[in-house]
Amino acid sequence: MKRFVVVIIEILICFLLQTTVFQWLALAHVTPNLLLILTVAAGLMRGRTQGLTVGFVCGLLIDFCYGEVLGLYALIYMLIGYLNGFSHRIFVKDDLTIPILLVGISQFVYFFLFYVFEFLLIGKLNILFYFVRIGLPGIVYTVAVSIVLYKILNIINTRVDRNEEEEV
Amino acid sequence: MRRRTKLNINPKHLFFTGALLCFILIFVSFRYREKLSPVKTAVGNVISPMQDGINSIGRAISDQVDKLTSLNKLLKENESLNKQVSTLSYENKILLQDKYELDRFRDLYKLDKKYADYPKVGARVIDADLNSWYSSFRIDKGTDDGIAVDMNVIAGNGLVGIIEEVGKNWARVKSIIDDSSNVSGMFLKTSDQCIVNGDLELYNSGVIGVELISKDAEVSDGYEVVTSPISDKYLQGILIGYISDLTADSNNLTQTAHLTPAVDFDRIEEVLIITELKEPLVD
Repeated sequence: MKRFVVVIIEILICFLLQTTVFQWLALAHVTPNLLLILTVAAGLMRGRTQGLTVGFVCGLLIDFCYGEVLGLYALIYMLIGYLNGFSHRIFVKDDLTIPILLVGISQFVYFFLFYVFEFLLIGKLNILFYFVRIGLPGIVYTVAVSIVLYKILNIINTRVDRNEEEEV
Repeated sequence: MRRRTKLNINPKHLFFTGALLCFILIFVSFRYREKLSPVKTAVGNVISPMQDGINSIGRAISDQVDKLTSLNKLLKENESLNKQVSTLSYENKILLQDKYELDRFRDLYKLDKKYADYPKVGARVIDADLNSWYSSFRIDKGTDDGIAVDMNVIAGNGLVGIIEEVGKNWARVKSIIDDSSNVSGMFLKTSDQCIVNGDLELYNSGVIGVELISKDAEVSDGYEVVTSPISDKYLQGILIGYISDLTADSNNLTQTAHLTPAVDFDRIEEVLIITELKEPLVD
């Protein structure tokens, strides 16, 4: 129950930060994808089930606020959360290499799916342009921010874990 | 974590259930778009004030940063300016002449604009689309301030876009550079019609596309394009931008061109909403 509340608060804070403060800190017109980092972290730290749940909630939140079509972002984020859940078995606390690598790959997958649904379907074929203009800066910026954000999330996760152990 | 007591659901099944749910949602929102909009409005009503709050903090911080950087800049500037006092007094005279000229141009310019007498409401941009550029963004005025869907949005002296969705205290604006945006335009001088298409890829080099200009249209680079009277949503005579790169299409019936928007979409902070809707055609 406690974990549930913590995760909901995490999602809300990341969403608000991503849509507001980071818009002011945008580099090269790109903002870091905090919700994606959150989804990847959930998948990595807690396994497939939580990864896909967190992804679904994050995506749905975006859908409700920005989406033309409900469910599209929810699907993308859920897929990313689920796939990252497979890496739960190689999860090592305090290790930063794997999560950063995963965030990078996930952001790429996210960009690709985003491109397919938002641009390819209306006949914009020049993927290279979109990759250089939106994809690549997005990956770099998100990965850079994930170094800090992942550490914070890891600390919160450890705390909640300890709390649960005590309760049991 | 290992001693979990709840029943365990296979994540694979959960994933497929979720995916199915998403597909149903996508289908439903395609099919019954209007019915879902109250739900979206409700979510927006909850989220917007929070974003507004955080935004005000962010704005305060960036204002402070701006102040600090400008302070350093001013100090340097002051130093160099002191050296240039003598030249400045001369330049000042020329500038003064320029200023009179500018005032005169401005007067002329105002007369030129037909939309000066539309009733307008100012609003602040509270967030941009998650995926960069201001192709669609939200503002902090909603139905409470008399905003309604399809109202035209302008900034400075040009067309920004159109209200696409509106909540109690927020509204979403789709800008003319959005890929799905089409505005029917007209050349101010010759009254030739054209269609202005948003294109993010072209906008990378600062322009958007214009097509379906008649072959016979006597237009050339630099001509002003304003919103056309035949548009069913945009009010007549709002400046969209200036054309360039006019080329004939291969079908030899129409021409295409590029258009430099009158608004700088990289930096929009405040916009004006024209609270007058174009009269719909009724049978």
